[in-house]
Amino acid sequence: MGATLVIGAGIAGMQAALDIADAGFKVYLVERDPSIGGRMAQLDETFPTLDCSSCILTPKMVSVGGHPNIELLTYSEVVQLEGDVGDFRVKVRRRPRYIDADKCTACGICAENCRLKGRIDSEFNVGMGKRSAAYVPFPQAVPLKYTIDSERCLMVQRGKCGESPPCRNACPAGAVDFDQQEEIVDLQVDSVIVATGFDPFDPHLKPEYGYGLYDNVITGLQFERLSSASGPTYGEIKLNDREINDVVFIQCVGSRDRNLGNVYCSRVCCMYTAKQAHLVREKLPDARVTVFYMDIRAFGKGFEEFYDRVREERVQYRRGNPAEIHRRGDRLVVRAEDTLLGQPVEVEADLVVLAIGLVPRADTQALAELLGLSSCEDGFFQEAHPKFRPTETDVSGVFLAGCCQGPKDIPDAVAQGKAAAASAIVIMSRSGSALTPGEE
Amino acid sequence: MAAKVGVYICHCGINIAHTVDVEAVAQAAQDLANVTVSRDYIYMCSDPGQQLIQDDIRELGLNRVVVASCSPRMHELTFRRAVQEAGLNPYFLQIANIREQCSWVHGDRESATEKAQGIVSSAVARACLLQPLEERDVEITPAALVIGGGIAGLQAALDIADAGFKAYVVEKQATVGGHVAQLARTFPTLDNVQTLLAELVERAQAHPNIDVLTNSRVLEVDGFIGSFRVQVGSQPADSLPETTAELAVGAIIVATGFDVFDASLKPEFGYGAYENVITGLELEKRLMESEASNGASPLGDGAVKDVVFIQCVGSRDRTLGNAYCSRVCCMSTAKQAHLVRQELPDARITVFYMDVRAFGKGFEQFYDRVREERVLYRRGNPSEIYKRGDRLVARAEDTLLGKPVEVEADLVVLATGLVPRSDADEIGSLLKLSRSEDGFLMELHPKLGPVDTTTDGVFLAGCCQGPKDITDTIAQAKAAASSALIPLSVGKVRVESITCALDPLLCSGCGLCAEACIYSALALDERRNVMVANQVLCKGCGACSTACPSGAIVLNHFTPDQILAEVESVV
Amino acid sequence: MEAEQSLLERCDLWACIQCGKCTGGCPMSFKTELNIRRLIYQALLDGGVNADGMDELWDCTACGTCVLRCPKEVGPSDLIVALRTTLVDGGVIPPTIRDALTSVFRHGNPSLMPPDERADWAEALGVKDISEGADVLYFVGCIPSYDDRAQKVAKSLVKVLQKADVDFGILGVEEKCCCNEVRLVGEEGLFGYMVEEQRELFESKGVQHIITTSPHCFNTFKNEYEGLNLKVQHYTEFVAELIEQGKLTFTGELNQVITYHDPCFLGKQNGVFDEPRDIIKSIPGVEFREMDRIRDRSLCCEGGGGRMWWEGTNPEEQLATARFEEVLSVGADVMAVACPFCLLTFELAAKAGGYDEKVQVLDIMELVARAI
Ligand SMILES: Cc1cc2nc3c(=O)[nH]c(=O)nc-3n(C[C@H](O)[C@H](O)[C@H](O)COP(=O)(O)OP(=O)(O)OC[C@H]3O[C@@H](n4cnc5c(N)ncnc54)[C@H](O)[C@@H]3O)c2cc1C
Ligand SMILES: Cc1cc2nc3c(=O)[nH]c(=O)nc-3n(C[C@H](O)[C@H](O)[C@H](O)COP(=O)(O)OP(=O)(O)OC[C@H]3O[C@@H](n4cnc5c(N)ncnc54)[C@H](O)[C@@H]3O)c2cc1C
Ligand code: SF4
Ligand code: SF4
Ligand code: SF4
Repeated sequence: MGATLVIGAGIAGMQAALDIADAGFKVYLVERDPSIGGRMAQLDETFPTLDCSSCILTPKMVSVGGHPNIELLTYSEVVQLEGDVGDFRVKVRRRPRYIDADKCTACGICAENCRLKGRIDSEFNVGMGKRSAAYVPFPQAVPLKYTIDSERCLMVQRGKCGESPPCRNACPAGAVDFDQQEEIVDLQVDSVIVATGFDPFDPHLKPEYGYGLYDNVITGLQFERLSSASGPTYGEIKLNDREINDVVFIQCVGSRDRNLGNVYCSRVCCMYTAKQAHLVREKLPDARVTVFYMDIRAFGKGFEEFYDRVREERVQYRRGNPAEIHRRGDRLVVRAEDTLLGQPVEVEADLVVLAIGLVPRADTQALAELLGLSSCEDGFFQEAHPKFRPTETDVSGVFLAGCCQGPKDIPDAVAQGKAAAASAIVIMSRSGSALTPGEE
Repeated sequence: MAAKVGVYICHCGINIAHTVDVEAVAQAAQDLANVTVSRDYIYMCSDPGQQLIQDDIRELGLNRVVVASCSPRMHELTFRRAVQEAGLNPYFLQIANIREQCSWVHGDRESATEKAQGIVSSAVARACLLQPLEERDVEITPAALVIGGGIAGLQAALDIADAGFKAYVVEKQATVGGHVAQLARTFPTLDNVQTLLAELVERAQAHPNIDVLTNSRVLEVDGFIGSFRVQVGSQPADSLPETTAELAVGAIIVATGFDVFDASLKPEFGYGAYENVITGLELEKRLMESEASNGASPLGDGAVKDVVFIQCVGSRDRTLGNAYCSRVCCMSTAKQAHLVRQELPDARITVFYMDVRAFGKGFEQFYDRVREERVLYRRGNPSEIYKRGDRLVARAEDTLLGKPVEVEADLVVLATGLVPRSDADEIGSLLKLSRSEDGFLMELHPKLGPVDTTTDGVFLAGCCQGPKDITDTIAQAKAAASSALIPLSVGKVRVESITCALDPLLCSGCGLCAEACIYSALALDERRNVMVANQVLCKGCGACSTACPSGAIVLNHFTPDQILAEVESVV
Repeated sequence: MEAEQSLLERCDLWACIQCGKCTGGCPMSFKTELNIRRLIYQALLDGGVNADGMDELWDCTACGTCVLRCPKEVGPSDLIVALRTTLVDGGVIPPTIRDALTSVFRHGNPSLMPPDERADWAEALGVKDISEGADVLYFVGCIPSYDDRAQKVAKSLVKVLQKADVDFGILGVEEKCCCNEVRLVGEEGLFGYMVEEQRELFESKGVQHIITTSPHCFNTFKNEYEGLNLKVQHYTEFVAELIEQGKLTFTGELNQVITYHDPCFLGKQNGVFDEPRDIIKSIPGVEFREMDRIRDRSLCCEGGGGRMWWEGTNPEEQLATARFEEVLSVGADVMAVACPFCLLTFELAAKAGGYDEKVQVLDIMELVARAI
């Protein structure tokens, strides 16, 4: 039976894995984080249908986790790839969780007792919540096993945590195990699907917006957590108990910007802004909501209709790319030109949401080298042909899925995940048959 | 056999436990009739949670399980699988939804707890009456039908064929290729599309596993996932009579593409009235033909000095009912503006737009490039075109100037949008597909099921599902192929177990149920004058059971006594 | 038409997507007709701009905000400079600006001052002439050479350099205007001529390393003098190094609350943000407080781009007012600056607006000189 390695378990990687596994082939799904799910797990509702993201994602994660043909390797990374299509040999490094996954019941007592409890920024909540060194990234995590963050844990870092580590003392299952070692797993596969996704743009690189300086200037990803019922405010749009009457969204932060070298459009932020504007309207019916934009790229199925709807919900769209944010009293002032008025304007705000773009993962280059792939001018992985072979690469048997190839929304990431799966299935169906590889 | 029920209350982390006193609910369940054991646990869906249930089944001899947790849409399958592994029929599981229907929507802990207890008790009542159901597999014919021979259809057929299965491509035109066969070059790479298309076509035509049937159409589709029987009519030439053939396939991919918006529906632009108002597709054709023949300029003899492009013709337009964006015309306009600039280095080229949707890989860069080739982008949606002397005048507001303007032109190109095929309804009804509000064929789920449909075994590829460019079309076609390859590769498929059950003694053969059934699962057995149900087609929606005046047809797993028991326990 | 087409291309106006980020950022946009985004659009529509009578073109302070902000790297202010060039060539320019340009040509400074008095301020300070040979050329600049107020800055810097035993010299009466503003008001010819002259002068004196009082001189030498292969530093960079290396130590204390205003030509345009702050913070006794609009988001003083020579179309509204309010809001006694233009414009505005009693405007070198 053929096997495929899928690197990255966001929605694209999970979908690819499910299709291949459902078709009866073996999948090794390697995910760097402690849980599968990717960015989609962080989202609140999704445009344009307003489906609750975790409600549609969790069942997928559960199917992946329980699929007899899928072997999950979480908290792991690919460190070596050799061979050719039909016979790739892969080395995967499994990082120690310092918790025995077979024993862990996910009761969370370790996290409760961790001496760093509440002192570490939660990546999942984009710094707006805290966690312990022993943690699960989010409650629906798959696998639902605790992990000890080796970069933060006092025991791992200093070899000592109080008398003896309280997490270990407390764990009723005796699962905490600081003797765990890193492990190298050898795999042999016919094909590889790369689905490593994207990083959110770091808005510190646009100092004119005062991100990091003003606590009420947040990113779109932070907004998702703020708005999510499972987020740090249980879905309330509030920051430090400040009353929020005016919300300003700024699009294209870090995109369409030659200055930064990010000349491309990030493809999803127009729509996620529209969605977030809608969520603000829903939660703060009387707030003034303003969106500053350059072009509204509402191109997908149901998008324009959604944009129509949001405007009709009294969201003010103003054409102009704001130049800077400063403070006036305890309010923020967004300075822009309203290009339709042809006049400079100042809009006061209590909350500014930056529609940060999607950028290549920081380690794209390293992974490209490891896999023999190239990256294109904008830094994402290069496909074999941008029009006719969007999921293939120059390396026969290695395919791309999702945002690692370029920004895209969930349905497009899913379609690409399935597309890559089709290519992998073709190869596995043929392995052992007379056809020579590389013909696909 | 007396029911022995195990009740499991999930905390769902804090999702449930935050508002519902789960321990109290577990306690209360202990006292319900037939309940052998009742427990609460932080995450029932986790491995240890499932283990808990399985151990109880084995050790306490439970024969019914109630899990009070999230919506059954989330985890019903998980728990069915868990009880099955422990030896129970999977349909002896009952989910009580105390999250979406309770903890997430209530704030007051006391009343939420009380409500959760009610939900649990009705689930227990129902569980006692559950019947075992059988899981069934059907065999798959190892072949697929692809309707439409555009790039979507060709790509899907190639993937299926490459994986070793037969693929039939039914194309109604004399040649394959679809709209792409009419394009000159493609944005943003400016590749010659015809070369790329030719490769695809050649590979399909030469493929031993692919049969391309041109001048053909699908007349009838019968059967269900795994074993569709398709009648195809072919008419190689007008003079010849149509011949029909039957194909047996296991899966069907619909790739019927789009129609181009009819510009005469926007009379203000004078399409049809002025010969130098043309559509983008017409311009593409001219460009392509001139390129292919290396011949004269496609734009005439140098008389063209001013070219105006108008975007969004027939798109983003509620008055026409086309509220959606056509997704490719911004970029195809940019591409055409570039190609015109190459032909006419000195012409003034103006593009009127509302938003420039340059969203894909390399698109913004291409848009930058085209502007830097001196293509003037003006924001505004022109209101009309009229003639002044022998020149055209486009009248618009330039919204960046905030002023009405008139721009003279020798050639106006309308970026007409993509609309659903005029025969989308026919295809839709052949395959029982619905259409979304915008008129394109509807996918199963707009986020997670972009190529699947509500009809098992039928998938969508390309623009029939909505406008998209070549790249996204190809990706989707491969995605549809992947969906089709799942049953084809496995060779069998599991079908819905919760189906209708018909009691022939009560049935009068009136046929009301068949009218209610959108899956055509019911038919009259004329000999016995009773209805019969096709258990493979039945999707368990239950429409028939409400339609039947005699109560002759019920839905397994949702029988009247089960439902009554549920209701009675709470009223 | 040909020439104007090249204007569109030279300034890469075709790259513009009319997003308005330039106008939104332009510190002048609220008080003038000048709307650079619209100007670009008009240029694209008409194939050029007829600048005649557009007084607002002279409102631009050349602060560089539009350039910094533009996502498409258009460089909007290039258009303004180019249009000013057409006006200069046509002779239709505000008389005060014309006088300044004539003066630069005749006297080597914009303020009609005699060239042979250029080094008078340095008399008795024991500053050597660069001809005697020195590691560093201190390029003083026109305002610090002639203006009473600004001379204090030059003198302070000399004191600091001497305290730190720096081997430096000045050009004395041979020094001439750096012509940063000459270029920015569009007098390309004069600029080109002066660049040539200065470059030869520097070469003849064997200069390897220049430090300047003014960020404007610093900017031109660093970015606009083609073929000048010297090390160019603003004095804040140089002095920060001296402090860091322990070559300059403080003996006194300043018990004041100080804030700092970033000069556009130092901060926004050349990214020198930290050194001035490091210097202020290293002065014993100082309590340093930041305002809100700083660094990349700093306000403009309105002194650049030729505005020293022309008051603009709307002299009543002054950006300085907003600046002083901000200084007061953080409770600072002193607003430190690092640019003679900022110093003079703010002092003037302080007097006019009655802020001079509450806020002192001082150059960083004056502060340092008081504590050594
Ligand atoms: C603020 C915001 C809001 C959004 N809202 C919406 C919306 O409403 N609707 C919508 O359709 N889309 C939305 N999107 C887009 C959506 O998030 C993406 O389409 C989707 O997450 C892409 O999935 P992916 O699998 O390609 O990548 P990711 O979600 O990034 O997943 C990649 C996975 O790969 C793993 N990985 C990375 N590198 C490695 C490695 N070297 N080895 C192993 N594993 C690795 C990562 O840990 C991660 O789990 C939004 C995006 C943002 C930023
Ligand atoms: C003016 C214009 C310019 C464009 N330029 C570009 C570009 O530069 N780059 C780019 O990426 N995209 C471009 N596109 C988009 C591109 O044309 C589509 O992405 C592509 O054609 C989609 O392919 P498809 O197979 O889904 O549909 P189609 O091309 O429409 O093919 C559908 C096929 O199905 C057949 N068919 C339909 N109904 C039936 C039936 N009932 N039975 C049997 N057969 C049937 C049709 O005859 C046709 O052959 C452009 C579109 C237009 C209108
Ligand atoms: S999707 Fe919209 S907001 Fe995002 S980069 Fe593109 S144009 Fe800007
Ligand atoms: S792609 Fe562009 S031109 Fe086409 S409908 Fe959408 S916005 Fe209009
Ligand atoms: S900031 Fe740049 S792209 Fe935007 S309007 Fe100004 S010049 Fe044009």
